[in-house]
Amino acid sequence: MAVTSTIPLVRVEALTVTFPGRELPAVDNVSFAVHPGECVALVGESGSGKSLTARALLGLLPSSARHRGAISLGEDPAPANGSPAWTAIRGRRAALVPQDALGALDPLRRIELEVGDALRLHRLVPPSGRRERVVQALADAGMPTPEQQLRRRSDELSGGLRQRALVASALIAEPELIVADEPTTALDAGHRRRILGELRRRVREGAGLLLISHDLASVRDVADRVLVMRNGRVVEHGDPRTVFSTPAHPFTRELIAASPGGKPRGSRLLSTSTSTSAAHRAQPAPKPRLELRGIVTGFGTGSLRTPVLRHLTLEVNAGETVGLLGESGSGKTTLLRVALGLHRPEAGRVLIDGVDRGATSRADSRRMQRRIGLVPQDPLDSFPRGASGQSVLLDALRAAGVARAQRPHRASALASEVDLSPELLHRDAATLSGGQRQRLAIARALAREPELLLLDEPVSALDVTVQARVLDLLDELQERRGTAYLLVSHDTDVVSHMSDRVLRLEKGTVSER
Amino acid sequence: MVGAAAVMCIVATLAFVALQLIPGDPAEAALGGPGSQASAEALAAARAEFGLDRPVLAQYADFLWRLLRGDLGISYAQKIPVAQVLAGAIGPTLALAGISLLLAWAIALVSVFIASGHSRVARTIASALDLIAAAMPNFWLASLLVLLFTGMLGWFPAVSTGGFHGIVLPALSLAVPTAGFIAQVCRAGVDNARSAPFVESARARGESEAGVRLRHIIRHGIVPGLNMTAWALGSLLGGAAVIEVIFARPGLGRTLVNAVIVRDIPVVLGVVLFAAFAYIVVTLLTDLTIARVDPRTEARLHRVVAGG
Amino acid sequence: MARSRLGVDGWIALGCVALLACCAIVPGMLAPFPPLAIDPTGAFAPPSMAHPFGTDDSGRDVLSRVVYGARDSLTIGVVATLGGLLAGTLLGSVAGGSRTRAFGPLRYAADRFIEALFSFPGLLLALLLISVRGPGVASVVIAVAISTAPGYARMVRGGVRQMLGSGSVEAAQVQGDSTARIWRTLVLPETLRPVLVLATLGVGHAVILAAALGFLGLGTPPPAPEWGAMLNAGRPYLTKAWWLTFFPGLAILTVGIACTVLGRALERREQWQ
Repeated sequence: MAVTSTIPLVRVEALTVTFPGRELPAVDNVSFAVHPGECVALVGESGSGKSLTARALLGLLPSSARHRGAISLGEDPAPANGSPAWTAIRGRRAALVPQDALGALDPLRRIELEVGDALRLHRLVPPSGRRERVVQALADAGMPTPEQQLRRRSDELSGGLRQRALVASALIAEPELIVADEPTTALDAGHRRRILGELRRRVREGAGLLLISHDLASVRDVADRVLVMRNGRVVEHGDPRTVFSTPAHPFTRELIAASPGGKPRGSRLLSTSTSTSAAHRAQPAPKPRLELRGIVTGFGTGSLRTPVLRHLTLEVNAGETVGLLGESGSGKTTLLRVALGLHRPEAGRVLIDGVDRGATSRADSRRMQRRIGLVPQDPLDSFPRGASGQSVLLDALRAAGVARAQRPHRASALASEVDLSPELLHRDAATLSGGQRQRLAIARALAREPELLLLDEPVSALDVTVQARVLDLLDELQERRGTAYLLVSHDTDVVSHMSDRVLRLEKGTVSER
Repeated sequence: MVGAAAVMCIVATLAFVALQLIPGDPAEAALGGPGSQASAEALAAARAEFGLDRPVLAQYADFLWRLLRGDLGISYAQKIPVAQVLAGAIGPTLALAGISLLLAWAIALVSVFIASGHSRVARTIASALDLIAAAMPNFWLASLLVLLFTGMLGWFPAVSTGGFHGIVLPALSLAVPTAGFIAQVCRAGVDNARSAPFVESARARGESEAGVRLRHIIRHGIVPGLNMTAWALGSLLGGAAVIEVIFARPGLGRTLVNAVIVRDIPVVLGVVLFAAFAYIVVTLLTDLTIARVDPRTEARLHRVVAGG
Repeated sequence: MARSRLGVDGWIALGCVALLACCAIVPGMLAPFPPLAIDPTGAFAPPSMAHPFGTDDSGRDVLSRVVYGARDSLTIGVVATLGGLLAGTLLGSVAGGSRTRAFGPLRYAADRFIEALFSFPGLLLALLLISVRGPGVASVVIAVAISTAPGYARMVRGGVRQMLGSGSVEAAQVQGDSTARIWRTLVLPETLRPVLVLATLGVGHAVILAAALGFLGLGTPPPAPEWGAMLNAGRPYLTKAWWLTFFPGLAILTVGIACTVLGRALERREQWQ
């Protein structure tokens, strides 16, 4: 904290951003400064105004936004939002590492061009020397075999590699101010560490970093100062160690409680309901609900064949939760489709309660299907368009073979089990919030009273506190019903908090961790 | 490539089925229709001449074999090989369609450029013009152009027999509606790119507004338009049928319309098969071109082959 | 609530379509003269208060003929579109269907058949059919239907494939629903909704295509009023009596624009919901 005597790289005073037609400001009276060699973190949930604050620093607010307050870069006031004067500043003095929304890199242009753009735009390096710098920047961002990535396009890269290319494209011109907006969301722990490491290295070399994140653990590791934002306002700020160990504001406390990292299996995050500790759980003799034996799948034939699962073997016992970690493209989805009988493996057997799925009649197979439920990654996509929660549940109960007269009663019972109010049930499912949709998807899966639930990234799109409530709900349901879970996720913290056993899916097979 | 061959095979089969569907006796049709009072001997001779006395499957195999060699049969009306009838007509029509396509792209590019800009008024006007152009019947536009440029201004002739001067009005009549369609499709691409995250990334790197427009937005707008090129050329060949009649221009279209009127089926089939063939060839060519502009198609092709 | 999202342009287009529909259904109420009433003394009268669109070579009132012409042109357009839609839906559903061993070859054949039909330019396919069947209104309807079918088939195929890969179909499969039920409750309704909206746009194209055939003298025989045929009849007098060409063409253009704007407004509303 000895750096405060220097001139800050950026100073924001009483920034307020409003949108016409919206009563409350999206950003409300926010002030802070970032000095050289310092990392300031903005923490908050979606809609807290942290991304808009970051964009205001680079003059990238949407044209419908109005803003008040002063922003200065170094000693000069910043140009007006959207002014052409920004082109000299952006990418050179101040750069943005965007959140990869699958398209932050132009899919029509090669990685080499996209990453080297800042050099070309600011005329820093002649064309002949650019390739070398691009390779260097990619290597610094932790890109494996950078030379081979030059000719590829963004949609040929996995999420982790794309994010590293984005980091390289922002940092290549060595900006003094780096604004990183959720640079590690949707990445697994390894990728997250590498990207944060590169950002931290730049800070050590004297750059200023404004890190926007909802991930408290990385903020604690990286930031010198943290601002906790909620509904556009800064509710608490200070040294991260102090803020996180003795939070003053109730919202900060909730945020900390909601993070699953380091919370033992069986403990509740936010729910006040009493939990049976892991030791008290009924521990009957392991009885496998689902067994996958030597599963082989792949796409294509001959030389074009891409193997997906190679002799994969896995079992889930009654009442337990098995966590499955894997990056995007590791075959997680295929594995679930095989377990659900939607994808026929080339070799191997799927056993449900000890019965081979492939050796049963169609009717038996359908009956078998009732013992497994799925909670999908994107619940909204899984509801018929325009359907209300009520109709989703009624349809699930019909498929479960519940008599028509019983269905409305059972639907409200299911809704109350997942804490969905009856009023919400009658709304179009598309108007529900992310957490409410996930609850509805869980209720639908429970309609058949399944003995095993497959959870496909059930909380990856949710804010931390919402995620915590859904995870608590899943825990409570498991204790009440004894359902076994196969939880698939990329998030190590979520998986370790929820699971009895953690497996890692890599190169088509699983290994114990 | 296998797909294109399969399509070509089905196209030929459809043509053969169309031949079989003709009501009445094809031999009679060949001799000038039911009104011609042809004698039984003449009919038998005609049947033998056109191979009509053989079993259907043999006729089909024969038809495919002759087609493969470029033999489209003999015109009922002119009594000369269809290939010979078409040979003289293909050149002028391809010239007309080609010039129209270039003109259409030129007009569409102007519209795409305006669509990628910031002025809301200009965008609205361009969008309205695209709409009117796409809904404009080309034969009506041709009449209006003749009225204006021939009747009132006297710049271009109403009869197009050859030379650059004569091709302006027909090409314009064909190009405008096609340009409207291409521009509408490109506009959708432009509007998608305008709000895409990579545009913000480019701005954040210091790209100017003009650079964002040229390097990102317009490129994304052109790709869906290129996808339509084969369709556009097909519709230009179709449109040429009407336009060539209006401007009394020699070509496939006029040959076709005359053949339809006298029901000279082999000639009609020949023209239609030629257009279908041209469509398939151009589709292959555009797919290859697009793979250069938009590598995603190449990757997608791989994925389709590999993953389905 | 939903209706207000049609937007101003959508409402204007809907008004135009309604007016044209009135012309088609009750032309007698809107046309000032009978469409075939000849008046040799009043031939080639330019537009005036009595004859807002002028008169033709036989002294018939052009406005009345344009109004009556809506009946033929719109009926052909609508019936042909419905036919194309039906054929396209059947073909597209087969081509988009699942890739099971039994169904696979049929799917492949349907797929290639659509591409083959698509490779014939619409007008040329129509001309081929007319040369086989002979000219006339029925031929024009069938020809236009067949030339528009592959477009709809492609859309249906795409929609079916998208739906079969969607989460909602997966959810139905997971809960053990039968294939027939999945098609009935999910795949077909979701696929056809946007296609029906686009069919509004398609009516405009069908009218233009039918008018082109009429213009070539292959549709409605004279002297019955049909827009394409009227344009054809007016062509020799283009410089002498421009109104014979101008107004029927304007009617075709109006149908084309109104259908496109209405279709887009419906599409927008569709996406909103």
